[in-house]
Amino acid sequence: MPQIAQLAETYSSQVFWLLVFFGFVFFVIGRGMVPRVMDTVALRDRQIADDLAAAGAARQQADAEEEAWRLRENENRAQAQAIIAQAKAEAAAASEKKLAAAQKRLDKKLAEAAERISAARGEALNEIENVASEAAQDIVQRLAGVTVAKTAAAAAVKKALSHG
Amino acid sequence: MAAEQGKVDPMHQFAIEPLFGSAHWEIAGYNIAFTNSALWMAIATVALWIFVAGGMKRELVPGRWQMAVESFTGFIDDLLEANVGKAGRKYVPYIFSLFMFILFANLLGLIPLPLALAGVHPFTFTSHFTVTGVLAILSFAIVLVVGFWKHKLHFFSLFVPHGTPLVMIPLIFMIELVSFMIRPFSLGLRLFVAMMAGHVLLEVLSSFVIDGLNAGATFGLIVSLPSFLLMIGICALEILVAGIQAYVFALLTSLYINDAENLH
Repeated sequence: MPQIAQLAETYSSQVFWLLVFFGFVFFVIGRGMVPRVMDTVALRDRQIADDLAAAGAARQQADAEEEAWRLRENENRAQAQAIIAQAKAEAAAASEKKLAAAQKRLDKKLAEAAERISAARGEALNEIENVASEAAQDIVQRLAGVTVAKTAAAAAVKKALSHG
Repeated sequence: MAAEQGKVDPMHQFAIEPLFGSAHWEIAGYNIAFTNSALWMAIATVALWIFVAGGMKRELVPGRWQMAVESFTGFIDDLLEANVGKAGRKYVPYIFSLFMFILFANLLGLIPLPLALAGVHPFTFTSHFTVTGVLAILSFAIVLVVGFWKHKLHFFSLFVPHGTPLVMIPLIFMIELVSFMIRPFSLGLRLFVAMMAGHVLLEVLSSFVIDGLNAGATFGLIVSLPSFLLMIGICALEILVAGIQAYVFALLTSLYINDAENLH
């Protein structure tokens, strides 16, 4: 077995050259080149993560904007409906006012008419009393030959009329 | 050598030979010959460097090569994240180096015939326990340093699981200590044994193929053909083992680091 047979004469050169070459591998390749390779990987990973984050943020923003748009849209719709409702209410109020005014006018006319009717009736009643008292004076004069005062005749007529 | 006698020596592939007349290079009395083992460490290092450099284009949309490199770093990153947690990220360079170095060594050591025909024999340096041992000791040293750095002497509470009865503490402490100290050995030996066993098996089977053919057509049919088919299957298995052993080494190291980072 050369590993043992040659041990005494070769161990020093084996160890020496191993340290030389493994030292080169460690310091030049392991410490010099590997970290840069890993940096590249880390850089790429970070870039991918950043891109993903950016895409996520963009989507979130789009969602937020859509939400805002929806909110605005709802607000506009509500506003429009409020305007319509207000217009309706105003129109209703105006027509009600007009109706009320017309009603008042009609009422007034009715009241006037009623007043005129009652006045006319009162006049007519007076006329009837006058006529009745003159008639009564005439009747009494012709039948009894007595001249009755106008006031007495009127009182008598009023009494008879109120007794109905 | 054995090969000259017309036989295949399954151990010859692990023999270390100095190259380019460097047999007598020394530093402070220690031999540092540039061997075939060192050459394949260099090849693994260069191959790994080329592989990772190809993934450094730093494009936002990665190409195939960049994707491959990034999947390996991501794999180690996930491994540490799962086993150590957030604090595990700072060990990615070490675990990545460890995993990829062992993986490339294992896979390059499996390169078969075309290179051998050209006279270049692949050498699997992870089949030497001097190499795996050093890697294991490195990992173990990191565990110790991190453990004592972070937790000071409180690190010893690692050896006393929660809820241990007071009487049992000395015994449990000794058992846990031994099982802790054995870690670098098991870590290094596991890789070394797995790699060596596979290569020896392939070599033994290949010697069956050659000897069977040399013994005549009948033996060739009975012995060589099944052996050759088995070799193909075992080659596939060895590729799997190469990956698994590298993974196991990295995984166990990260588990040990988890002990040091988080105690229990």
